[in-house]
Amino acid sequence: MTQKEKKLLIGNGAVARGLYEAGCVFVSSYPGTPSTEITEEAAKYDEIYAEWAPNEKVAVESAIGASIAGGRAFSGMKHVGLNVAADPVFTVSYSGIGAGLVIAVADDQGMHSSQNEQDSRNYAIAAKLPMLEPSDSEECLRFTKRAFELSERFDVPVFLRLSTRVAHSQSIVTLSEREGVALAEYTKNAQKYVMAPANAKVRRVEVEKREKALREFVNTSDLNKIEWGSRKIGIIAAGIAYTYAREALGDNASYLKLGIVNPLPDKLIAEFASQVEKLYVIEELDDIIETFCRKIGAKVEGKSLFSFIGEYTPGMIRSKILGSEPAAALPADVPVRPPVLCPGCPHRGIFHVLSKMKLTVSGDIGCYTLGASAPLSAMDTTICMGASIGVLHGMNVVRPETAGKAVAVIGDSTFIHSGITGLINLVYNKTPSTVIILDNSITAMTGHQQNPATGLTLKNKPAPAIDLEAICRAVGVKRVRSVDPFDLKGVEAALKEELAADEPSVILARRPCALLKTVKRNKPLAVNAVKCVKCRMCMRIGCPALVMGEKAMSIDPSLCVGCGLCIQLCRPGAIGGNDSE
Amino acid sequence: MNNVYNIMIVGVGGQGSLLASRILGSVYMSKGLDVKVSEVHGMSQRGGSVVTYVRAGDKVESPLVPAGEADLLISFEELEALRWVHYLKKGGTVAVNTQQIYPMPVITGAAKYPDGIIGRIMESGVKCIAIDAASIAAEAGNQKASNVALLGAASGITGVDQSVWEEAIRQTVPANFVDVNLKAFALGKAAADKI
Repeated sequence: MTQKEKKLLIGNGAVARGLYEAGCVFVSSYPGTPSTEITEEAAKYDEIYAEWAPNEKVAVESAIGASIAGGRAFSGMKHVGLNVAADPVFTVSYSGIGAGLVIAVADDQGMHSSQNEQDSRNYAIAAKLPMLEPSDSEECLRFTKRAFELSERFDVPVFLRLSTRVAHSQSIVTLSEREGVALAEYTKNAQKYVMAPANAKVRRVEVEKREKALREFVNTSDLNKIEWGSRKIGIIAAGIAYTYAREALGDNASYLKLGIVNPLPDKLIAEFASQVEKLYVIEELDDIIETFCRKIGAKVEGKSLFSFIGEYTPGMIRSKILGSEPAAALPADVPVRPPVLCPGCPHRGIFHVLSKMKLTVSGDIGCYTLGASAPLSAMDTTICMGASIGVLHGMNVVRPETAGKAVAVIGDSTFIHSGITGLINLVYNKTPSTVIILDNSITAMTGHQQNPATGLTLKNKPAPAIDLEAICRAVGVKRVRSVDPFDLKGVEAALKEELAADEPSVILARRPCALLKTVKRNKPLAVNAVKCVKCRMCMRIGCPALVMGEKAMSIDPSLCVGCGLCIQLCRPGAIGGNDSE
Repeated sequence: MNNVYNIMIVGVGGQGSLLASRILGSVYMSKGLDVKVSEVHGMSQRGGSVVTYVRAGDKVESPLVPAGEADLLISFEELEALRWVHYLKKGGTVAVNTQQIYPMPVITGAAKYPDGIIGRIMESGVKCIAIDAASIAAEAGNQKASNVALLGAASGITGVDQSVWEEAIRQTVPANFVDVNLKAFALGKAAADKI
């Protein structure tokens, strides 16, 4: 490789490259869109130890350990993953680090693949940690390396904040060689790393000293920069919003481009504000920069023009600031195309039975959240990773009379992430609740990551596969059974028995994800138009391959994988192999 | 940013827009231009409407193509072409695969799949290249190469040499699928040339 090789990388790939070049030796993460590829790409470097942890809390704790032991360490997660990891994060802010520790958090403005759109900058403020925010792949690479330097200079874990558009947009980066960083020495230092009250009180003072030093640093750091254009309009922005503003306004404005979004630079902002006629803050989600500007007495406009909700666009900025006309709109008669469970998805059979039995379904986070969509419509709640079991428990305590008509559904990876403690609670506090673990042998939604139950590591090395059935029995569930989700009658019979039982039970619905390369696809099925009576029974499973024709149902052969669920629903026996036409 | 060439690739999750966008990114990077490509991952990929943006020029700021500024819209499905055609600038081009995949609201009867989409697009004042990419790809040896067949159909209006496209395909596609994809590209280009 030459020193100046250029490559087109997604932001996440560029962060991974930054980890490599920074001499990072340890990566531990849990998958979550839009952060997943950082860790997948980091795993491709032999020099980096990289693993999937069962959840974000374990991942961050492991990275803390690696850092204290003297290795540059990293953990990456989506915004809601930081909620799970928040406990260690808030206290490692006190203890500080051994070698550089960087935590990437990817926000999902617009909720492309998330249950909320919280602004992770609030965590940086609350935990008193510096946060860098790149706006393209080149900065993803460079800021990752700078984050390690800052981490070691100020003895502090450093956040790297991404957004869906930065994480998943490719742009050109210039590659460099890996820095040779030897492990920092480890010496026992209980005053620094044992955060019992006596030590923590001492570290608390250090945190404020560090904050003061960081607030000075950000005023002069080259990570924050002013770009002069017309001084009639001044824009303060960071990350993806900065690129939208530049696209919209070009040289018709001057920019204070913030690379560090916590702490914010008071003197630099005041200087910029004094030299432009009209000042705007363009920030997606919360009004953090704007509020800070007002606090230091700078007159700005921000959320009076721009929404707290969702993503911005260059067109939106142009029309709000320059008053230009918005572009033409979408034709009115274009039906929406929401995501659906894939043809051959093993979850479809379960949700069909749940829908048919009219059960209350406490749902969870994964592909199977799509079981909430019509026509299956078989989900009553979805809150966060692992919540399904706790929510069901609460429902069943308050309404014991309906416990026999309610279930929780949770995926294999989600169960390991944070469902196990919920199951322990069912046993300990004795609700006769029925939990279905949808075991499709992979973490599917985020794009097929291994997990502790699959028997492979992130680097595709063999690992002991956690036995889900044994875990359920070990925590005290006596009724544990397996079903094939494609056997609709079998699923219904098992559910009836377990719902009638007067104690907690777990049904393991086992069949691998239809998109796994190891799963055999059957020949597409076809409808016998003579036998089809258009009763629409088959349409109840919500399969995208089944289409209502003029005279009969038909099956799209480019989509059908021959799973056979529709055959089980077809009373006239009109659906069969290709030869039945 | 008038010198930026704006392409959108739209379709249904799972149709191969990620590969098509990577080929396009490689094409424009090899021409020494600044390039940004915005991909879609996660839940929206599961059979939902997906849109990928490819932008190339001296300097590209936003990875998103602003509405009304796309030069070329490549659509793997008819309804998706209609959904995004208003992103084209005047005189822009749609390259569309004449495949119809019904979205769930149409399947359940809650909505109707619009009639005469290709005609409507043609009437809207943009250039339209409509080909049956799936059949062309099948002829090339693998129906899954329909994304590359459609790229072939669209390639003519980009003004980029065929050899640049072919090199990008070689660099992007797994080795054992290169030949079938090169063939699909050539057949797609030939189909568009006949229109």
